[in-house]
Amino acid sequence: MTDATLENAPYAFVRKETLQQEAAPLSVAGPVAWIRNNLFSGPVNSLMTLVCLYIVVTAVPELVRFYFIDAVWSGTNRDACLPEKVGRPVGACWAYVADRFQYFIYGSYPIPQRWRVNIVFAMFALGVVWMLWDSAPLKKVGAFFFFVMLPISAYLLLLGGDGAETFLRFLILLTFALAVLYLVLSFVPSLARFWTGPALLAVEEAAPPWQRFYRPKRLILMAMVVFGLIAVLANVVGLPRVDTGLWGGMMVTFLIAAVGIVFSLPLGVVLALGRRSKLPIIQLLSVIFIEFVRGVPLITVLFMANTMLPLFVPQEYSPDRLLRPLIGVALFAAAYMAEVIRGGLQAMPKGQYEGAMSLGLGYWQMMRLIILPQALRIVIPGIVNTFIGLFKDTTLVTIVGIFDFLRTIEATLVDPTWATPTTRATGYAFAAIFYFLCCWGMSRYSIAVERRLAAGQKR
Amino acid sequence: MKKIFAAALVAAATTAFVGGAQAQTGLLAQIKTRGTLTCGVGPGLAGFGIPDAQGVWSGLDVDLCKALSAAIFNDPNKVKYIPLSSKDRFTALQSGEVDLLSRNTTWTLSRDTSLGLNFAGVNYYDGQGFMVRKKLGVESALKLAGASVCTQQGTTTELNLADFFRANKMKYEVVAFASADETIKAYESGRCDAFTTDSSGLYAERLKLSVPADHIVLPEIISKEPLGPAVRHGDDQWLDVVKWTFNAMLNAEELGITKANVDEMLKSENPEIKRFVGTEGKFGEPMGLSNDWAYRIVKHVGNYGESFEKNVGQGSLLKIARGQNALWTKGGLQYAPPIR
Amino acid sequence: MSTISTETAQPGKASLFYDPRIRGYVYQFALIAVVGFLIWSAASNAIENLRAQKIASGLGFWHNAAGFDVNQKLIPFSASGSTYGQAFYVGLLNTLLVAAIGIVLSTFLGFFVGVSRLSSNWVLSKLAMVYVEVIRNLPLLLQLFFWYNAVLKPLPDARNSIALPGSIFLNNRGLIMPNPQFGPAFEYVVIAFFVAIVAAIAFYIWSKKQQERTGTQYPNGLISLALIIGVPLLVYFAAGQPLAFELPQQGRFNLTGGLQIYPEFVALLIGLTTYTAGFIAEVVRAGILAVSKGQTEAANALGLRAGPTLKLVVIPQAMRVIIPPLTSNYLNLTKNSSLAVAIGYPDLVQVFTGTVLNQTGQALEVVAITMAVYLTISLVTSLFMNIYNKRMALVER
Repeated sequence: MTDATLENAPYAFVRKETLQQEAAPLSVAGPVAWIRNNLFSGPVNSLMTLVCLYIVVTAVPELVRFYFIDAVWSGTNRDACLPEKVGRPVGACWAYVADRFQYFIYGSYPIPQRWRVNIVFAMFALGVVWMLWDSAPLKKVGAFFFFVMLPISAYLLLLGGDGAETFLRFLILLTFALAVLYLVLSFVPSLARFWTGPALLAVEEAAPPWQRFYRPKRLILMAMVVFGLIAVLANVVGLPRVDTGLWGGMMVTFLIAAVGIVFSLPLGVVLALGRRSKLPIIQLLSVIFIEFVRGVPLITVLFMANTMLPLFVPQEYSPDRLLRPLIGVALFAAAYMAEVIRGGLQAMPKGQYEGAMSLGLGYWQMMRLIILPQALRIVIPGIVNTFIGLFKDTTLVTIVGIFDFLRTIEATLVDPTWATPTTRATGYAFAAIFYFLCCWGMSRYSIAVERRLAAGQKR
Repeated sequence: MKKIFAAALVAAATTAFVGGAQAQTGLLAQIKTRGTLTCGVGPGLAGFGIPDAQGVWSGLDVDLCKALSAAIFNDPNKVKYIPLSSKDRFTALQSGEVDLLSRNTTWTLSRDTSLGLNFAGVNYYDGQGFMVRKKLGVESALKLAGASVCTQQGTTTELNLADFFRANKMKYEVVAFASADETIKAYESGRCDAFTTDSSGLYAERLKLSVPADHIVLPEIISKEPLGPAVRHGDDQWLDVVKWTFNAMLNAEELGITKANVDEMLKSENPEIKRFVGTEGKFGEPMGLSNDWAYRIVKHVGNYGESFEKNVGQGSLLKIARGQNALWTKGGLQYAPPIR
Repeated sequence: MSTISTETAQPGKASLFYDPRIRGYVYQFALIAVVGFLIWSAASNAIENLRAQKIASGLGFWHNAAGFDVNQKLIPFSASGSTYGQAFYVGLLNTLLVAAIGIVLSTFLGFFVGVSRLSSNWVLSKLAMVYVEVIRNLPLLLQLFFWYNAVLKPLPDARNSIALPGSIFLNNRGLIMPNPQFGPAFEYVVIAFFVAIVAAIAFYIWSKKQQERTGTQYPNGLISLALIIGVPLLVYFAAGQPLAFELPQQGRFNLTGGLQIYPEFVALLIGLTTYTAGFIAEVVRAGILAVSKGQTEAANALGLRAGPTLKLVVIPQAMRVIIPPLTSNYLNLTKNSSLAVAIGYPDLVQVFTGTVLNQTGQALEVVAITMAVYLTISLVTSLFMNIYNKRMALVER
């Protein structure tokens, strides 16, 4: 056969133009194919899909009906949520949450004094944003604010009373003394040669006085402003003592979580360094502490703090009832934090240590200037995850009689004012929303940090 | 510099957070200089000691604290209330965290002796009872064989319960919870047939149920629970003050002195009343109080009967009958030694 | 520095103050001194306080009569005659029971959810994701409260029990089943059971060797199952059926007799299982993702289907990544079982650190014993898991 015969054959069909491109057949692309490939690719898979769909189809409308459509949104007592009184099926009783909302936030904190809690909440929010928002300015000042100013202010504002006022007076004096000291140093920097290296001193001396020793001055200025404002509040409005027995609700939950993070982080760094130390006794003690705490449940630590701590100190220094679980939680979190930080220390390449040592830095300088800043940065996701666990674990203080947020919900469930068949489901749903938003938000943040760190590592 | 700053902070914070050391003088003198009385109360039991939404405490046990405050300071409100769970009430008293314990505490030999407490009297004669649903049709605790019983752990209640069922050769199932709230919730959810605690507590807890009328308290009382205020061993003067503050409230009721008529009583010629209100004799001074101490108590708080009716009796939601807690003159057990 | 003696002076000899070794000794000595002082002052304060508060000390309470009852007990325990020591064992066994069952169930659920999250089935993977996110972001205590109510609420009260086939009843007092009463000859059945297990293991080893030599595969699973079920069953019938059942009877309040599974136990088990499974799922997912895609592709190229690929190629490699975090999740489950105290399940913390502590007032001893128990469990589990982990890791070159 030759080409000629083909060309000449009159019946032969030869397409001269290209066909219009057609869409892929439905069995390969498009939603139907996607469904077939992803959801019904085999008998097992199909069954799974059907079971899942069944769960979704039965659960979601029921939840929506219960929590939204049939829900009661306003009312003053249980009559609003009783089906026989309302005359229709009643879902969630949100009116109960609205009615008890203040209690859930503040516990039994006296109503005229609640503005104090609000100030602390605002400071806490400011501190958190400052610390977590990556491009926030003056990070170090922020850290000082979060780790030093916030705990002190919270103590002064929330507790109040004579003890707090004496302490405030002492703080103000201390701040003024420091301010004077740094003012003097700004003009006569040579006085600082006792703890500043000659090179740094030369730099300082070259600068005009108002720029010298700038950083500590900023911290002192902040301390003066904050303490000054609190002192004004104490003198003008008055800060009477509010006993910790009255504290409760979200306020206590956040307090425990904040104390946990503020104290466990530095303690965790110390323990992690101790565990990596070459000094055998320091290492041994760190290992014993970390493994002991990680080996027992938090409840037993709380029991220990609650029942044994008062025995270990002289009777007249018996710690406050709220302080005991706070100590327990802080120590517990520190052990977990130490393990996370140790991971970061181990992940540091050896070259970093060697480089630092070859620069002639001592152990603490090396850790402070070279290793820790990098190590802490890479374990931020781990720290946040530990913190999520800590935040969830704050609920356990219920068991030693502290009125945290979950406990306030539990307490209102036995209140006959709102005793309805759906009160409990509503209360637990509200608690679930609160904890979920907090924990999920934190985990999103941790994932975002992880991504950013990963992006920085890419070359 | 920063390290010293931090160390100073920590030191200051610790000292500020814990209570200051107490001098070795008598407790009454300390309370007077301190300006407040520290009273250990229950964590919230309707009628006996419960804070309202504003954090103001009221109740039969709380009235005793108020009476003490009135006797010492002529002001019933100089009291700091420390809510204590049944678990840590004794530690709190022993460690000096509270000046007295006025919270449904049963007077027993071992507590009086080995725990180092002194009971100043019995302000409520109580006993452990059972609450059941009406629809079960049970009228007697002796018919509870085979029942599930909800109770709070860590109290004598748990032991009395075991004793009662053992003594009557009945089987039962115990479900113990860590807190009173958990216990009553479990009972309400139907987990148990019966709920047991002191009968005063039963009336108070019943109010927490959504339909209190559906539940009845069974007539059997399976234990003696004399509840009263307790102080530490070793300060007899303070024990006297607490003891006689309570006795004054009882005597006032017996003498017919009430909050309303106490001012008129100042003019009374009855020698007993004169001794009571302090117009005759000096009965307050030996205790370290003023001579009108009893007058102050009735003026600010009222007599025992008034306190009872207002907090747990007919004037309250609990509606507990006086019963054993009536005065001895009315067939009850409340009997106070005379003031003379 | 005092004087410069030679050019090649030993560094550090110059000043003791800057000698890192000396400094190390000083630091350590200081630490020992501080820790020792803390312990000493705590101990002396404790002695002082215990004496002042007239709290007894020592383990004398161990043999004292308990005087209270516990509902769920694996060993005989009653208010009359049992001691605090026995209460401790009751609590410990209840803790171990819920932990052991919880570990098994959460492993299955966790692996299922973890694999589901990686499934190509969109609905399944999204549902698994929602499950993991919700479970991991809510406090376990809240979940336990939820489950306790979710278990109790839909169940009828004891007088209107749901009757299931086989004399099994379900109500809000739990699941009540016939209680097996073992006859004297029953021990033969137990012996037969263990013999069958040994035989099954022996057969498994033999068949593996056989497969390595000849390539013949035996249905291991089926034969083992037949051995383990069949042999005891045969012995059971041969011994004349030495097993009777005590059937639950309707009493005045509840069914009496029979074996009862309490709602507290079920709620705690569900709570712990679902919670831990959420974490195990993430561990499993991370483990599987850690196995490079080339492994799966190579297995596919060899003609293995999805199931065997997962079973023979991916999981064994993923296990190396999975086991360490899996161990810590098992330990977490065991430690978390102490939350039982919140819903009234009589575990170690509820019975011992709750009731016994309150009845005796001996906080120091009771809390220390409880902590020691959990610590022992942790250390022993870690030990076994490390051994297992080493064996798994040996495969790697």
